[in-house]
Amino acid sequence: MIDLLDKFDSIAAERQAVLDAGGRDPVGVVMSEVLSPTRAIIAGRETITMGTYNYMGMTFDPDVIAAGEAALRDFGAGTTGSRSLNGTYASHKTCEEALKEFYGTKYAMVFSTGYQANLGVVSTLAGRGEYVVLDADSHASIYDGCSMGNADIVRFRHNSVDDLAKRLGRLPPGAGKLVVLEGVYSMLGDIAPLAEMVRVAKAAGAMVLVDEAHAMGFFGDHGRGVTEAAGVEDQVDFVIGTFSKSVGTVGGFCVSNHPKFEVLRLVCRPYVFTASLPPAVVASSATSIRKLMHNHNKRAHLWENTRAMHAGLRARGFTLGTATAESAILAVIMPDQATTLAMWQALLERGVYVNFARPPATPTGVYLLRCSLCAEHTADEIATILAAFDAAAAVVGVELKATVCAISGQQSPR
Amino acid sequence: MTRDAIFTRIVELIEPLNKKGVPLTDATSFANDLEMDSLTVMDLVANIEDEWDIVLPLNLLPELETIGHVADAVARLQK
Ligand SMILES: Cc1ncc(COP(=O)(O)O)c(C=O)c1O
Repeated sequence: MIDLLDKFDSIAAERQAVLDAGGRDPVGVVMSEVLSPTRAIIAGRETITMGTYNYMGMTFDPDVIAAGEAALRDFGAGTTGSRSLNGTYASHKTCEEALKEFYGTKYAMVFSTGYQANLGVVSTLAGRGEYVVLDADSHASIYDGCSMGNADIVRFRHNSVDDLAKRLGRLPPGAGKLVVLEGVYSMLGDIAPLAEMVRVAKAAGAMVLVDEAHAMGFFGDHGRGVTEAAGVEDQVDFVIGTFSKSVGTVGGFCVSNHPKFEVLRLVCRPYVFTASLPPAVVASSATSIRKLMHNHNKRAHLWENTRAMHAGLRARGFTLGTATAESAILAVIMPDQATTLAMWQALLERGVYVNFARPPATPTGVYLLRCSLCAEHTADEIATILAAFDAAAAVVGVELKATVCAISGQQSPR
Repeated sequence: MTRDAIFTRIVELIEPLNKKGVPLTDATSFANDLEMDSLTVMDLVANIEDEWDIVLPLNLLPELETIGHVADAVARLQK
């Protein structure tokens, strides 16, 4: 017998080496208690979390919790069925209504996760003989949607309008095309030049899908995302989103004004062939989405926190992914894997949790500590985090330069 | 452009990525011989597309294991 797991030996060995060196496992963190949107107990220590995507701190909102509790009591723990069969409850429809109201669209479709929303919509929209044109730095769920479908897949250089135009220009004029963009790119926290990209895509006769996972709730007047902030809502055919970030629950969705949108419920396999979200989750999500429509104070506070953290890290000489705070994600660029790991562990020992990120999830060859701010971080917490960065960098011996070079904006090699 | 000329130009494009100095022939494989990860291969393909102004869709990559395969594909697709 050939052991099918042998091919992963080198990956397993790499992880074992980290553990053998006495380090904490960056993919084995357990939160034994969660105290608030910004605090958890990790390995017995109270820790400030700055890598959770819990942008608006909705996870502990009393109304969101009350809605979930009521639905859990009245509708049970789970639906035990697909949206297409026995798994659509009143609360799933309520949740879709909340999304339509939030985005001002005619249609909304709730999936069990954002991953499945991308998987389903990308794989279904573009078929054989048609094209998906995607940014090189697209999220794994978009790439996987491409692999699952039958379209030809064309990749353009990250955030390059010229490269998008050039690649679209090489495709047959008569063929169906879907251009897939993200409002905020989740590794470096940079935003897409959506106005220019959408113009180029439309000029080439393509339909446009924008994944707004990391922008919902705090970009644009209504919090609809970079699409709204860039003023191109009426030209974007499909918006994909998730409940696992600003909404503070779990689930994914697609919203659209396309008159034929509803047919996707019949043909999207990751919608049909999986169980729907539990009633408590959709009820909590609907309440959270409605609250996000009116959360201008929280939005302002999130931006304040993000700018303060960006300025603080920059002043200390850390290299950041973007020259200014473009989104609520800040990527602290590290020179190599060993330094990243040591820095990540030193921060955790000082009570600060951030994400350890490495290739292939990150753009080519980049190791980084990914930080995501929350509207609920206090000024004290920001100061504590910055002090922890100082102390950790001193212990690890991270080279801090007085001038910060941002890596985004410069043409990434992909 | 002839198949030979295409091959020569592809080798020039690969050379900067050939850190170990592996001999570059028709049969050289990207994954096994050159030990390129999938991101590096995708970047290389983008350069090849630009060089000949062609489209080499990502879903075709599994069939393009060696330099020879890519040279054949370019020869077929070039204008
Ligand atoms: C850009 C992007 N799209 C989609 C997803 C998937 O969302 P979910 O966590 O709901 O599966 C994520 C998050 O991981 C993401 O960053």
